[in-house]
Amino acid sequence: MSSACSVCDLLVVGAGPAGMAAAWRAAQNGLRVCVVDDNPAAGGQIWRGGPPEATVWFERIRSVDVEMINGARVFQQLRPGTLLAETTSGVCELNYSSVVLATGARERFLPFPGWTLPNVMGVGGLQALVKTGLPIEGKRVVVAGSGPLLLAVAAYLRGRGANVLMIAEQASSMQLARFAVGLFSKRSQAFELKRQLKGVPYRSSCWVSEAHGKEKLEAVTLVRGQKRWQVDCDYLACGFHLVPNVELAELLGCSIESCSVKVDAFQQTTVANVYSAGETTGIGGLDLSLVEGEIAGFAAAGKHDAARELFPVRATQRKFADLLNRTFALRSELKNLSTPQTIVCRCEDVTLERLREHTSWRSAKLQTRCGMGPCQGRVCGSAVEFLFGWRAESVRPPILPVRIDSLIRKQSV
Amino acid sequence: MSETVMLAVNGIAVEMPAGSMVSAAILKTGAHAFRRSVTGEPRGPLCGMGICFECRVTIDGEQHCRSCQTVCRNGMDVRTEPQKSTEEIQPQKGKKSTKETK
Amino acid sequence: MSSKTYDVVIIGAGIVGSACAAECAHEGLTVAIVEAGIIGGGATAAGMGHLTVMDDSEAQFALTRYSQQLWDQMSDALPREVEHDACGTIWVAVDDEEMAEVRRKEKFYAARGVKAEVLDAQSVAEAEPNLRPGLVGGLRVPGDSVIYPPCAAQYFVDQAIGKGAELFLGKAVDKIETGGVRLRDGSTISGGLVVNSAGSASPALTRGLEVKKRKGHLVITDRYPNFVRHQLVELGYLKSAHSMTSESVAFNVQPRKTGQLLIGSSRQFGVDDSHVENAIVTRMLERAVEYLPRLGKLSSLRAWTGFRAATPDKLPLIGPHTENERLYLATGHEGLGITTSLATAKLLVNQIMNRDSAISVTPYLPTRVVRGAAHV
Repeated sequence: MSSACSVCDLLVVGAGPAGMAAAWRAAQNGLRVCVVDDNPAAGGQIWRGGPPEATVWFERIRSVDVEMINGARVFQQLRPGTLLAETTSGVCELNYSSVVLATGARERFLPFPGWTLPNVMGVGGLQALVKTGLPIEGKRVVVAGSGPLLLAVAAYLRGRGANVLMIAEQASSMQLARFAVGLFSKRSQAFELKRQLKGVPYRSSCWVSEAHGKEKLEAVTLVRGQKRWQVDCDYLACGFHLVPNVELAELLGCSIESCSVKVDAFQQTTVANVYSAGETTGIGGLDLSLVEGEIAGFAAAGKHDAARELFPVRATQRKFADLLNRTFALRSELKNLSTPQTIVCRCEDVTLERLREHTSWRSAKLQTRCGMGPCQGRVCGSAVEFLFGWRAESVRPPILPVRIDSLIRKQSV
Repeated sequence: MSETVMLAVNGIAVEMPAGSMVSAAILKTGAHAFRRSVTGEPRGPLCGMGICFECRVTIDGEQHCRSCQTVCRNGMDVRTEPQKSTEEIQPQKGKKSTKETK
Repeated sequence: MSSKTYDVVIIGAGIVGSACAAECAHEGLTVAIVEAGIIGGGATAAGMGHLTVMDDSEAQFALTRYSQQLWDQMSDALPREVEHDACGTIWVAVDDEEMAEVRRKEKFYAARGVKAEVLDAQSVAEAEPNLRPGLVGGLRVPGDSVIYPPCAAQYFVDQAIGKGAELFLGKAVDKIETGGVRLRDGSTISGGLVVNSAGSASPALTRGLEVKKRKGHLVITDRYPNFVRHQLVELGYLKSAHSMTSESVAFNVQPRKTGQLLIGSSRQFGVDDSHVENAIVTRMLERAVEYLPRLGKLSSLRAWTGFRAATPDKLPLIGPHTENERLYLATGHEGLGITTSLATAKLLVNQIMNRDSAISVTPYLPTRVVRGAAHV
């Protein structure tokens, strides 16, 4: 089993927009930078496959001297200043003076009857699959859940030839109207999306109450007010906005507030030399991720004046982020979609009725094994938080399943 | 830019654009069940980004690989062949193990 | 808080406390179970759930043997979640010295009616194809089994409640007083007798208790059904358990009914913090991979720790406190709490009711503990 080692001034975990921005600014300012990411190429989720709108950023990262380690997932801290990442061939030891955690976000999934059927996927999930080779032309797709991702993905899928039957957004039209007003600065993007989605029904206060099918998805039932109707489809892309990936930050001892990593004006966490930027510090969209990344990169390189110059941009983007999160807050009806037999923990097939027997996450985990499977609570955790108000506990290494061999690690001096 | 790779999914040859993920290759063959859950439900990819672990399959003999995070390579052998659930292997009825004592 | 006076107040709803509660309630005693955290959340959640007969001393043998018989009698009634599986144990021998130990063990068990079979190199390889080649043999003990301890503790609590016991969950005991316990929130629960079954927290409640925390690590893998079929333990395990050094590891791997492999074991004195320690996990897994080379490629899902309650003479404390007759102890089970929980409950209740037990209680009496015996 081969073992690689890297030494740098600044380690950037995550090669999405925030990570790329941080790496670029830090490298520009003389730091030796190493970027590590699980995916085969940079771009994170939103820029998977390197779309045209990201070109300038990809050029920027190529224009500086940055060590890019792909296909590597960080799972443990060996000691302060050293993280371990697993690859297909072994373990990388990543030594750094400071680190930027740009670990992004994941979708929030809520359980409902039939949600475990094959071809029921996340919104970003279906997009990722299509971007990585799934043929979608001519397939009937219902896009549902909540968040601006619904529109972006519906437009993308349509562009790839999918028959997008409708978009069901649980937020109310009033919430959405306020959001539309607040989108003024992003109006050109909004207009473009509207154009791309011409003819696709977009319903607010609407959600999927059930997915039907025997061995895979065949149809969904939609609900809007008093109306219930069924739609035959091949894929359901359903996700309820995003939650930050804070596990690595927690492992390093960073304070977490409102499920996001707490940072100061210079994107520094509560742990010295540990920065965080992007969705990890709070869901806020692409532009906020980029500016936070730049600030973190400047700050790590000691260029605080340059960082300060970006504060006004960040402030504006944070207002958008606040609007975003208020708009797409989840309605309480979504708590009642599941029946007692609906599976909540997919790794261990734990049903709602079994979870209801417990009054704490710890007790539920120990007795039902909910959250003890390979996803380590990343899928069910957000669901039980919404359903029961249970918060996840502190993390332990490994923060991702890894080979036994990868846990065998001598401390090198 | 038409570089492709050839791999086998459950013994079926599949051609995919270079850089595709194994999950897409599996779906392309029409298979939708990547694995069986602990109670035997058919499961396929959910998150597309490597955190849900529903897309796990056996790749070149190694079990529990996340197909949505694995790039297709020439000659790769992918098996979804839904495994028996552990319920089938070790029946829960009658709390004693079915293993024979020699 | 209730103004009722219970016959027995049991502190701690780990597997020992909950088994005692069930037995007391079954006896017709009124029981209050007081648990600061969650049921089975202490050492019970970090135990391997291996129900095994130990031969390192007559007293250890008597207790584990009696208790295993009780588990066997109960096994059909255990709910599915307890995952009782009579997979048996194989003690693995790497050299002739260990093989001699295998033969000694077999004779010891045979003389006491415990079925055990000496395996030669070929048989052990056939029984467990994933063990490395070159092992000398082993001892197969088919009567051993495994369970999932937290659900067993929950089952015992349910049994106790079914017979009228009351559960006080999330209530920490601050002090054991005459006539009951005082909780951290200031309220009291009155009891004719108090049982301190608080595991590694028991010395905080009873002064002078010679019980020390002994940290252990565990790792669990994803599902690989039939990778191993028996609980596999190295013969050096007892060296680790009896060692007075500050840290040791031993090969100990268990097949769960889920198909997952539970990997232990490690022991550390003098560490108070529950963090997963890379150095210990490394040592423990290196040892495991020595015996099961293919283990290295398997996917591990989680690592966690727990604190055993260890006594100087490696036997638990079961019986009335030396000075306070209204206080009973059921603690200090080190690595055998899961196995011996049922026998502990019987011995405890019989002493409360002033009756003989199926085995002698003398070796486990708190009065036998020699003051000043030091843990290294």
